[in-house]
Amino acid sequence: MTVAIQTTPLNATHREFSAKMVDFAGWDMPIHYGSQLKEHEAVRTDAGMFDVSHMVVLDIEGADAESWLRHLLANDVAKLKEPNKALYSAMLNEQGGVIDDLITYRTAWGFRMVVNAATRDKDLAWMQQQSEGRDVRLTVRDELAMIAVQGPNAIAKALTVLPADWADGVRSLKPFSALPFGDWFVARTGYTGEDGLEIMLPAEQAPAFWKSLAGAGVAPCGLGARDTLRLEAGMNLYGHDMDETVSPLVAGMGWTVAWAPEERDFIGRKALEAEKAAGVAMKQVGLVLEGRGVLREGMTVVTEAGDGVTTSGTFSPTLKCSIAIARVPATTGDSARVDIRGQLVDVRVVKLPFVRNGKRVFE
Amino acid sequence: MSQIPAELKYVASHEWLRLEADGTVTVGITDHAQELLGDIVFVELPQVGKTYAEGEQAGVVESVKAASDVYAPIAGEVVEVNAALEASPELANSDPYGEAWFFKVKPANAAELEGLLSADAYAQEIGA
Repeated sequence: MTVAIQTTPLNATHREFSAKMVDFAGWDMPIHYGSQLKEHEAVRTDAGMFDVSHMVVLDIEGADAESWLRHLLANDVAKLKEPNKALYSAMLNEQGGVIDDLITYRTAWGFRMVVNAATRDKDLAWMQQQSEGRDVRLTVRDELAMIAVQGPNAIAKALTVLPADWADGVRSLKPFSALPFGDWFVARTGYTGEDGLEIMLPAEQAPAFWKSLAGAGVAPCGLGARDTLRLEAGMNLYGHDMDETVSPLVAGMGWTVAWAPEERDFIGRKALEAEKAAGVAMKQVGLVLEGRGVLREGMTVVTEAGDGVTTSGTFSPTLKCSIAIARVPATTGDSARVDIRGQLVDVRVVKLPFVRNGKRVFE
Repeated sequence: MSQIPAELKYVASHEWLRLEADGTVTVGITDHAQELLGDIVFVELPQVGKTYAEGEQAGVVESVKAASDVYAPIAGEVVEVNAALEASPELANSDPYGEAWFFKVKPANAAELEGLLSADAYAQEIGA
């Protein structure tokens, strides 16, 4: 079977902006618009925008919506005390492996969820299966586009092109909160380690909005810069830093697992409790290569306590050296060696993230 | 659209060659190669004095995206490397046929140059 490559509502716009397009999880997406490094720099120092319309927006309604989500997700949506708050969570299988990582917003109608594009089909199938017999209605909002505007000047620049009477609302947004404006939904969230907004809007309005943001000095950025930015920010990428065979406890997602209240029976809880009781064997760390060369995904990390593996690696444009996210034995200290194409190279082991709000974080 | 200067020779692994007046051959990577790699952040050059067989790995280019080997496109001894490129690897993006030359080889057999790809043949090779 051949599946036609999918396009977002901004596909023609990307071409107008001279994007180099690549196939990402079956989507025809911009990798960069000339220079990934310049786009990265724009987000760290000013403002950049990403088309993330390939991600899946899902609305959840029904009398059982909240109790169902409290069973489905490892984090607890009951923490969302009022509408328009957001929560990052893993969705686990019974073995405690990560089916996907996602954001859930409490909304006027119930909940809105944003899940990864690459996991769309299996996520929806899993959720359908888990919702059987419950009063839960799932609606995929494919008619919405999503644009992430990120960087220290992102909100100020976005405000120059958003309707003037939304300005007070947008300015009042706290991190990890959102507001609906008619068909639009504006959230102060992101995947770069910078301040900014993720804006969901009707698909047909996306090209004009993108162009008005560009006119306000927001740099179009591709998936290449998105990857180096999230890696510097120490944020996981599904399918790389974790997947269905990896527990959130070894993928740096322990903080997203809500153990209390004890009686909340979420999918995967028993497996995670057993893992915790036995002692979590691995941990997620950052690696910094201060010498020459670039760490890449899948390299062996050699430590005194045994071997680990890099799960993402790149050249860090902010730090001007290579960095990686790695899974290593839990007792690993502050140094290790990485097998870079047959040569063992010394690296520093640091706590994530590497960069936050434009600045190096680790010592 | 990639630039493919008519006066150079090429190999399918995306290196270019230029025969100099002193009989040495200057080697670099093509505009097409740098476009494929994206932003280049490290370059590893061969050792001066080392002899390579044709097609032997002689260096590495690392971009933000990927690592790629650089091959000796002609057999011979490396007589000079471009230290400026090592210090400023981004030159390989901005000036692949000029300032971003990689190394110079004293060819074992200069006649081998004749058998390599012309600009037209290389253009065909990359579908340009």
